Amino acid sequence: MKSAAPWARAQRPSESVPRRRPLLIRGGHVVDPRNKRDEIADILIEGQHVQKIAKIIKPTREMEVLNAVNLVVTPGLIDIHVHLREPGQEEKETIATGTAAAASGGFSAVACMPNTVPPLDNVSQIQFVMMKAKSEGYVRVYPVGAISKGQEGAELTEIGAMVRAGCVAISDDGKPVSSSKLFRRALEYARTFGLPVIDHCEDPDLARDGVMNEGRLAAVLGLKGIPRQAEYIMVARDIALCELTGGNLHLAHLSTKESIALVREAKKRGLPITAETCPHYFTLTEDAVADYNTNAKMNPPLRTEDDRAAVLAGLADGTLDVIASDHAPHTRAQKSREFDFAPFGIIGLETTLGLVLTELVAKKVLALPVAVAALTDAPARAFNLPGGHLSPGAPADLTLIDLKSRHTVKEFASKSRNSPFIGRTLQGRAVATIVGGDIVMQQGRLKKPNL
Amino acid sequence: MGGKEEGMRLRYKDLLGLAHLTSEEIELILHTAAPFKKLFTRSIKKVPTLRGKTVAMLFYEPSTRTRTSFELAATRLSADVLSLAVASSSVQKGESLMDTALNLEAMKVDFIVLRHSVSGAPELLARGVRAHVVNAGDGNHEHPTQGLLDLFTIREKKKKMQGLTVTIIGDILHSRVARSNIWGLTKLGARVRLCGPATLVPADMRTAFGNGVEVTYNMKEALDGADVAYVLRLQLERQQENLFPSLREYHEFYGLDAKKLSWAKKDCLVMHPGPMNRGVEIDSVVADGPQSVILEQVTNGIAVRMAVLYLLAGSSSTLYVPAPEKAVERKAL
Repeated sequence: MKSAAPWARAQRPSESVPRRRPLLIRGGHVVDPRNKRDEIADILIEGQHVQKIAKIIKPTREMEVLNAVNLVVTPGLIDIHVHLREPGQEEKETIATGTAAAASGGFSAVACMPNTVPPLDNVSQIQFVMMKAKSEGYVRVYPVGAISKGQEGAELTEIGAMVRAGCVAISDDGKPVSSSKLFRRALEYARTFGLPVIDHCEDPDLARDGVMNEGRLAAVLGLKGIPRQAEYIMVARDIALCELTGGNLHLAHLSTKESIALVREAKKRGLPITAETCPHYFTLTEDAVADYNTNAKMNPPLRTEDDRAAVLAGLADGTLDVIASDHAPHTRAQKSREFDFAPFGIIGLETTLGLVLTELVAKKVLALPVAVAALTDAPARAFNLPGGHLSPGAPADLTLIDLKSRHTVKEFASKSRNSPFIGRTLQGRAVATIVGGDIVMQQGRLKKPNL
Repeated sequence: MGGKEEGMRLRYKDLLGLAHLTSEEIELILHTAAPFKKLFTRSIKKVPTLRGKTVAMLFYEPSTRTRTSFELAATRLSADVLSLAVASSSVQKGESLMDTALNLEAMKVDFIVLRHSVSGAPELLARGVRAHVVNAGDGNHEHPTQGLLDLFTIREKKKKMQGLTVTIIGDILHSRVARSNIWGLTKLGARVRLCGPATLVPADMRTAFGNGVEVTYNMKEALDGADVAYVLRLQLERQQENLFPSLREYHEFYGLDAKKLSWAKKDCLVMHPGPMNRGVEIDSVVADGPQSVILEQVTNGIAVRMAVLYLLAGSSSTLYVPAPEKAVERKAL
C-alpha cells in the first residue's frame, strides 16, 4: 500500500457517538480479498468497526443479529468515480440522492469528481461536500479535488490544503489535462502528500466535436467520431510522466485495447499506476448507439467488440485494477436532445454490481473474489481509503449480496435515469449496505447512517 | 418491376433513410413516381390524393430547393402545407425539437418533413410523434428523397441499374447525399466508387456499407468506365478545418471538367444535387453540357417526393427500430 503522510487524512469517524448494540452478521459467505477470506463465517461489529470474524460467533442477548445465510458478505463496495453534481447541478443529482443511489447499489463509499459548478478546486468547496455528505449522505463521500484552478488546465490548486480538508485524489475529470508540463507538476507535487493523480485520458484536439467512436458505424450514422488514438495517446503520455516523476497515477475509465496494453507493459516495469474501467465498457459496444440512443452516449465512447474483449482480458489479468461506475446523471430533458446536443454520460451506481455479477462472475470471466476485489480492495488501495477489507478494527462497512436474485433494471434512487441498461435483466444484487455499523439499505429501504 | 409491387406497402411509418428500406420498397417508390411525373406535362398538375391531409415543413437549416420541391409535391397531391422556418441559430437555444414536434402533433398534422443539422434528429422525432416523419436531410447522415430522385433519374436515363458504375466525387465524409446514394445504388445492384482527397473520403467507407463500394483518390481511376459522374457540393468552409489546402488545389485534382469527364464512358451522365459552386467542384462547360441531367434531377425530385408522401400515407404505423444485432450484421457484410 502506498504510504500516506500522517497529515494526509481527514479524521475518521470517532467512537464518540452513542453506543449501539453490537451487530452479528451470521452465516454469510464472506469474501474479503485483502485477507484472502472466501468462506462461510460470522462477523461481529461493535460501534463503527469490525470486531471479530470467525467460523462461528455465539450470539449473546445484547447483540442484534442479521441473518446472512445464502448471501455473500463483502467489504462495503467503493466506487471511486462518481459525479454527485452538487454544488450547482442539483437538477441532475444531489449528495443526498447520489449517495442514496450508492447505498441502493451496494456501495458504502464513493469518491466524487470535482467538475461541479463551481468546481471543487479549493478548501471551502471540499469542506462543503464533506459537510453536506455528513448531514445528508447515506454513504461515505470522499471528494476528489481539481488539479487546476477552475479546471482550466493552467494553475495548480492548493492541493495540500484540500488534502487536509478531506480530498483523497486530484483530477480535472471531464477534461483532460492537455498541458504535459502541468500534469508533470501535478504528479510531482502530489507525491508530497502521497496523493494519487487521476487523468481522464483524451487528446482534446483530436477528439474535438466527436460524439461516438470513430469507425465504420460513425461513418454510416454520419456522426463525428472520436478516434481511439485520442485516448491512448494520452495514456502513453501519462505513463511517460509517471516514469519521470514517480507520482501515483490513476487512469480513469479506460476503453481501448491499446490503452490496456500500454498499462500492462508499464505495470510490468513496476510503475505506480492503477487503472480503472466501467461496466459499460465490458458490457456494451458502439452498436448501442446505432439508433442514436443518447443514453449510450458517453465519453470515452463505447468502442468495438475487440476493445470489449481487451477490457475483459485486462480485468482477468489484473491490468485493470478497479471497476468504477462513472455515474454521470443528466436530466431526461437534457438526454432527449439531438444526439450531438445531448450531454455525455450515464448513471451507474445502481447497475454496476449487477453487471459485474452478470457479465463477469456468472460468465466466469472473473472468480467472485477477484470481482469483489475490483470493487473493494483495489479502489481502497488506489486512493488510500480506510475501508475495502474486513480486518478486525476496519471500518464496519459491508455489503450483503444475493447472487441468485434476478431483477430487471427499472427504478432508480438516483434523481436521473439516463441508463442504457433499463429493461435489462441482471442476476445478483445488493440486499443490504452497512456503513460504519449502520444498516443504510436493506431490501431497497434506505436509512441514514450515524457517522 | 411491374405487377409484383401491386398492393405492396412501405413497412414503416416514416422515411428516415435508405438504409432502412429494402430494394423492393425502393423499387416501389420509383415505380410510383413515374405516373406522377407524367402529370407534370398536363395543364392541370394536381390530383386529389391527399386532400384534407396536412404536411408540416420543419426546417432547421436553410434550404430552397428541397423545401420548394416538397411544398410543390404536397400541393400537387392537394395536401395543405404548413411552413415553419426555425432560425438555424435557435437549434440549440430555442424550444427543443421534441417540444416543437409535440405542438405539431397537437395540431394534428399528418406529415412532418424535417431538415436538421444534426444526424439522427429524424429518428428522435419519429419516436415521439404519430405523424409520418420524412427526413429532408439530417446532418451528415442521410437525405433519402435526394437519393431516391437520383436513382429515379439514373434509371430513367440508363433503363437499368444492375451493373452500372456510379462515381461519387467530393466531400463524402460530410455528405448525407452520398450516404443515401450509396445505400440506394448498392441495394439496386450498382457499383459505387468514391473519390476525393483522403481527408474527405474516410477509408472506413469502403466496408461500412457492405459490398459494392470502392474508394480511390485518383480521378482517372475513379472515372474509368463510369456510367455516372455524381459531383457533390463542396462546403467552402471545410478549407478552414485543414481538410484541403485551397480551392485551387481542390479544383485541380477533383473539380469535374471536360478533360476529366473524357476519362469516363462517352455516355456518362453528369449529376449534382445543387446548389453548385461553378468553377470549384464542377465546370460550367460540364454542368451545362449535353451529358448533364442536373435540371432533370430537380423535376424528378417533385415526382419522387409525391410518391413518398403518397406511399407513407398508406404505410403501416410501425416504427423503425434497429435491433442491435442488425447493426452487427450490417458491419459483418
